[in-house]
Amino acid sequence: MTQPATQPAAHTEHQEHPIKLYLVVWGLLFVLSLCSYLVDYVGLHGYLRWSLILLFMILKAGLIVAIFMHMAWERLALIYAIILPPLLVLVFVAMMVSESHYVLLSRMTFFGTGP
Amino acid sequence: MTDVVETETRVSQPRPDGLRGFASDWASDQRTFKNVSWGKAMMWIFLLSDTFVFGCFLLAYMSARMSTTVPWPNPSEVFALNIGGTEVPLILIAIMTFVLISSSGTMAMAVNFGYRRDRRKTALLMLLTALFGATFVGMQAFEWTKLISEGVRPWGNPWGAPQFGSTFFMITGFHGTHVTIGVIFLIIIARKVWRGDFDTEKRGFFTSRKGHYEIVEITGLYWHFVDLVWVFIFAFFYLW
Repeated sequence: MTQPATQPAAHTEHQEHPIKLYLVVWGLLFVLSLCSYLVDYVGLHGYLRWSLILLFMILKAGLIVAIFMHMAWERLALIYAIILPPLLVLVFVAMMVSESHYVLLSRMTFFGTGP
Repeated sequence: MTDVVETETRVSQPRPDGLRGFASDWASDQRTFKNVSWGKAMMWIFLLSDTFVFGCFLLAYMSARMSTTVPWPNPSEVFALNIGGTEVPLILIAIMTFVLISSSGTMAMAVNFGYRRDRRKTALLMLLTALFGATFVGMQAFEWTKLISEGVRPWGNPWGAPQFGSTFFMITGFHGTHVTIGVIFLIIIARKVWRGDFDTEKRGFFTSRKGHYEIVEITGLYWHFVDLVWVFIFAFFYLW
């Protein structure tokens, strides 16, 4: 274990970073958006399409939160308070996926539109 | 009346970094977010709650789409535009995405110039951001008009599962409302920047606290969040 690093007592802390960084991120966001649009334009299907959509989405969201919203330079206390709770939505997603399967099964069983 | 309590963002001692810092920040008295002002912390917490709102909308959409026995309309065809005789899939949505990302870029620049105390550039970049936002809302209005004229209603549509209309109007409508509120918010703050309120530390109308350029960053947080939500809507509703 290394000695915990200490940061100097900051009086008023400004989120001021070089303009070039913003321009690079801006360019990256454009490229990523173009890529996700091309996924549809080229007409990919199935798991390749879904995984590419998710990949580009997560990269874009990460860049916006980390650089544009300055989360990368915040203290861990704030990062965890804001980032962790939305991840718990994934539990809700899992519950609703199972529920949706059940609803679909019931509809096919009782309304006779199934195979 | 002149005694206004100032909430300072001062940190009295050096604080540890990393997980140890996380534990000591949360275990300490009075303030958890040591170097973040109350305004910024409150905006983050508001955005967190808004994340849940949009999360629930997208979840409802997922449940409707997964449990329907009727095929879901193909968004690639529904949102295609006829340009020069050929159907270009999703083209309007792609342009809207680029407009919103551009507005995020100009907003990030505005925050930067704000902290450099460049009054003119900050105000102009914020107004440019607002203009991009208004363009986005305009294109969304066009998209709604087109879909409604083609017969999409919250209770049905000509192509398939009836839930398509209700989820579409709910999700994009709520997002468009957020963009509209953001445009208004941007114009109000840009006016204050232009007037020089934050150079003279003029006291606010409601709070009678001194104005700082930090409000530009807080406005920026909201604006970037609107862009962030669009990233998810674009992926899940339009591309999936």
